[in-house]
Amino acid sequence: MSKMIGEIEIQILWNRLLSVVEEQAQTLVRTAFSTAAREAGDISAGVFDMKGRMLAQAVTGTPGHINSMARSVVHFLDAFPAETLKDGDILITNDPWKGTGHLFDLTVVTPIFLDGRTVALFACTTHVVDIGGLGVSAEGRQIYHEGLYIPLMHLAREGRMNEDLLGIVRANVREPVQVVGDIYALVACNETGGKRLREMMREFNLADLDHLGEEIISRSRRAMADIIAKLPQGSWTARMTIDGFEAPVTLVATLTISGDRVLVDFTGTSGLSRYAINCPMCYTEAYTSFGVKAALAPWIPNNTGTLDAVIVTAPENTILNAPHPAAVYARSVMGHMLPDVVYGCLDQALPNTVPAEGTSSLWNLSLLAGHGLTGMEGSAIRTFNVTTFHSGGAGARPQQDGLSATPFPSGVRNVPIEITEAITPLIVWRKELRRGSGGPGRQRGGLGQRMEIANRDDAAFGIQARFERGVYPARGRSGGEAGAKGRLSLATGASLAIKGLQIIPAGDRLIVEMPGGGGYGDPFARDPALVARDVRYGLIEPAQAEGEYGVVLTTKGEVNAAATNRRRASR
Amino acid sequence: MTKTARLAVDIGGTFTDLVLALPHCSLSAKVLTTSDAPERAVLEGTAAILTQAGIGAADLALVIHGTTLATNALIERKGARTALVTTDGFRDSLEIAYEHRFEQYDLYMERPEPLVARPWRFEVPERVAADGTVLLPMDEAAVERIGVAAKAEGAEAIAICFLHAYQNDAHERRAKDILSRHFAPEVIAISSEVCPEIREYERTSTTVANAYVLPLMERYLRRLEDGLKAIGSTAPLLLIMSSGGITTVETARRFPIRLVESGPAGGVILAQMIAAESGISRALSFDMGGTTAKITLIDDMKPQQARHFEIARAARFVKGSGIPVRIPVIDMVEIGAGGGSIARVDGLGRITVGPDSAGSMPGPACYGRGGTMPTVTDADLVLSWLDPARFAGGHITLDAAASHTACHTFVGNTLGMTPPEAALAITEIVTETMANAARVHAVENGKETSGRTMIAFGGAAPLHAVRMAQKLGMDRVLVPVGAGVGSAHGFLAAPPGYEVVRTRLVSLNAFDGPLVNGLYDSMRAEAEAVVRLGAPDATLLEVRTGFMRYRGQGHEVAVALPAGPYGADSEAAFRTAFEATYRALYGRTIPKLEIEVLTWTLSLAEAKPLPARIPDPPATAAPTPSGMRRIMDPGVRQLVDASIYDRASLLPGARINGPAVIVEAETSTLVPEGFRAGPNAAGHILIERIA
Repeated sequence: MSKMIGEIEIQILWNRLLSVVEEQAQTLVRTAFSTAAREAGDISAGVFDMKGRMLAQAVTGTPGHINSMARSVVHFLDAFPAETLKDGDILITNDPWKGTGHLFDLTVVTPIFLDGRTVALFACTTHVVDIGGLGVSAEGRQIYHEGLYIPLMHLAREGRMNEDLLGIVRANVREPVQVVGDIYALVACNETGGKRLREMMREFNLADLDHLGEEIISRSRRAMADIIAKLPQGSWTARMTIDGFEAPVTLVATLTISGDRVLVDFTGTSGLSRYAINCPMCYTEAYTSFGVKAALAPWIPNNTGTLDAVIVTAPENTILNAPHPAAVYARSVMGHMLPDVVYGCLDQALPNTVPAEGTSSLWNLSLLAGHGLTGMEGSAIRTFNVTTFHSGGAGARPQQDGLSATPFPSGVRNVPIEITEAITPLIVWRKELRRGSGGPGRQRGGLGQRMEIANRDDAAFGIQARFERGVYPARGRSGGEAGAKGRLSLATGASLAIKGLQIIPAGDRLIVEMPGGGGYGDPFARDPALVARDVRYGLIEPAQAEGEYGVVLTTKGEVNAAATNRRRASR
Repeated sequence: MTKTARLAVDIGGTFTDLVLALPHCSLSAKVLTTSDAPERAVLEGTAAILTQAGIGAADLALVIHGTTLATNALIERKGARTALVTTDGFRDSLEIAYEHRFEQYDLYMERPEPLVARPWRFEVPERVAADGTVLLPMDEAAVERIGVAAKAEGAEAIAICFLHAYQNDAHERRAKDILSRHFAPEVIAISSEVCPEIREYERTSTTVANAYVLPLMERYLRRLEDGLKAIGSTAPLLLIMSSGGITTVETARRFPIRLVESGPAGGVILAQMIAAESGISRALSFDMGGTTAKITLIDDMKPQQARHFEIARAARFVKGSGIPVRIPVIDMVEIGAGGGSIARVDGLGRITVGPDSAGSMPGPACYGRGGTMPTVTDADLVLSWLDPARFAGGHITLDAAASHTACHTFVGNTLGMTPPEAALAITEIVTETMANAARVHAVENGKETSGRTMIAFGGAAPLHAVRMAQKLGMDRVLVPVGAGVGSAHGFLAAPPGYEVVRTRLVSLNAFDGPLVNGLYDSMRAEAEAVVRLGAPDATLLEVRTGFMRYRGQGHEVAVALPAGPYGADSEAAFRTAFEATYRALYGRTIPKLEIEVLTWTLSLAEAKPLPARIPDPPATAAPTPSGMRRIMDPGVRQLVDASIYDRASLLPGARINGPAVIVEAETSTLVPEGFRAGPNAAGHILIERIA
């Protein structure tokens, strides 16, 4: 029976490890302060063997940490070799290049001891509310502008917290209590994971995770290899131009399916930005591999075995492999675009599988009022600083319309308007689907949103804009048209830039028009009944029905089949 | 004869269960549910059980009823044609929902369609701010136009939800008055009554769901009341709610959304009663049927409560894929794991079990009704935990060869395992999945599973309970008497009760005692008006809960509040209560950070005493087994000789040692090696690890 016991145990233990990291992640979600973590699930948690190989990772709201955090554990082990670690030691960093891409993300790694020996490492990451510097601004020019930089170091030694470090953190961030609270949440999260792991190892009489880890990684690697080996072999290149900050940015990807691996190389991509939209390599890898995996093998859990199947490269000093001391705060602006470029390649290799381009980069509203920004200390302004999460339209799929007001590739959730209004003087006068913004197609792109925001106080307020798709829209696929461009403006008429701090004068309103997703397939091939429904529902402009979809409606809004056939034939 | 008979009726998807409690005994019955007119099965079943008891409907003192009618209407989208009336600029809130993807990796994910399509979502110029100030007076002419338009379109129910109406309900009330010119007030639901709680999407969703089932439930309850009267009953009819409390028909008619998920609530109440009479202060109720398993934590004889529930999850059991409603509910985690759950091997060579179920048609392979895929029941049979001749009281003869074939073809063959090995792997994975869900549920609530006693009921639970308990660090399992009709039994023990909610943001740094006292006075009055209908003279128990957080946090924790009234010095007591709860949940507090209360609830219920602890029975000799069978022991993972006992032969105080199987009509209980089992004084089988 020994073979059977081995097999059943591996099955159970793999299941259990996934549950352990889920518990680890839930502990963090419950205890973290920042809305990014609490409302948006912008956290990650995972368990690693002593070689730094990731065995299991919780499924959380952000793909941005997927293999950036996995790699960071290797950096920690390089700096602090396993044999030097003591029970009760805890390590920390927010190094953008060795962590998860910007200073706001703190990563904490805890070695786990069983009977006096290290058996595993737990790592977790969260986005804190503040890290000093310019705050949530994309206008930093160098990493030094962006706040406190914590190199890889001990957060605790043998159970004693590094009070010197905590003192420095408190002195450098705007919300010291919350940020230090989040550091404790990270510690607690790894503790929960470690406790469960030790229970599991005792229950199954395991002295180490070597055999189990090997099985998990090799089985996952093999499953990925099997899937990739069945794909057409070859190389495909795609490019996508986006707004950038001071100049447009072109992202170029060459995807190669070779044997049992997928290689993605970004040679040809634009150089660095002067501002904070640069992407460290670890973050480029994270979103690229997420895009590949979501298209090819969404159901395989992440671990070193799956991550090794996708190799991502980009030349140094491009915007996708930005070295120190480039500013990187808003690296998600680039990162969120990478699945779209990957899909530009995959669409050539595997037609009719991947979606059209979407809004992709989030339209989070970072709204504020405060000294030196929108007024002066001592004036009548009530200060505030909130970020709420919002999304434009997603790209249409080969057989389905794009999702409206839905993030992709990010997985965040919004913050209720009533909550935002309860904690700030802001009033959101409208938040609705933006009619006509979905890219026309046989399958229509998802709609963006339109929001109107004012300050109840007789004072100005500001928005830290870091938006995309204002000049270059999300393009359609296979004959589908582009989604509408995004726009920021004032109710009084003036346009605002969509990058950098913008001021809304007292008494005026901010109008946010979020982009739509690209359409899929020829709009003239769309089911006329769906076009009629979209008009009836107010999702497209009545004029679009005939102009863009070739569908003629009666005065009652019903499809005039004969006129539609003539209109469509005469194109 | 005085009126002493109490009747409980639970309408489920397939069966309508009835329990008639008489002073000295109780009777139970099962009839097929009549979906087209559910009251028919209720009335027929009632007549039958009364005849069986030899009494008439006039002898009934009380009828307690639970129904899945509202839930089914929501799942099957068979509710009223509903219009939504909302603040100008916010008609899409219902559709935009949380702006998120509940499946991170699924490129083809679809969100559920909103219950109200866009053209039926009407906007009214009006605006109230977060502090209740009117920023824009309501355009009453616009409301009147909406009434005309909605009537012309054929609307049958109206939901009204304006921004910040939880803070100032004047516009909603006025709009209801105006729309009452065109619609009966009974079919108009306003958010400030249904769910006066901050967070516009969830409040709108709850109000819409309530309106959607209003006409249907109104008609049904009227027919049922009339039908009961017609057969001569004068007993009050009370309805069981998802919170586990019971309420009057009047309240159920206005807030039918509070009736969803009432059946499972009955099961948990039963578990609560058993915990009380068995003296179990930390319990975990585990209800495993054919399709799903449900787990609830019960501390100090109180089931854990929550205020959030999702109906009709689209994507299997994925959080965030259903219709969210904010109502008082018994907090349970539900997963797709039951006797009928199907096992297969995925592309990674991993065995997965569920969430899809073979149901009763075709059912497990061993039913011989055309099912070929292996289910948990098939695995149980291959391991000889089930006797093929005695399943379901002998009504269904199981085909063990079919189970062997299914386990071999779809699992064993792929993984190089014999059928018994594959079957053991299937049962291990399904218990592991349930145990993992229980552990994550506990940690989400800052609790532990270890050291609890499991109360296991539902047809499939007693076979898997001990193994699952082991995985959760629990040494004791209780299998109650008559677990098959657990929910209806639970109804009889439920107290009349009601919970009301208000949102008012109050900082402890500026604690406003008079404001909070005023709030609670009005909540008490509202709750008492409802509870008194069902419990005119009873002593009432009031529980106050504050949903509190550190300023800046996105989520609140439920804190048991001190009794009122509050004065200037109450701030310290609130702080202490919050910090104690926070520490219990998260292991620490955060000094110097401002604390605030966002939402307040008051729950009022008849102070029904829980059953007293029944002393342990004196030891009795164990009976001789009715037979022996070679079974797979899940703990030692070997074939062992197990003793077979009829449950009826085990008298209170008897103790038998595992490996053993205890057989009764509806279920079998597996006692693995290393465990000892026997009935306690109440007849519930207690299984304990042998130290």
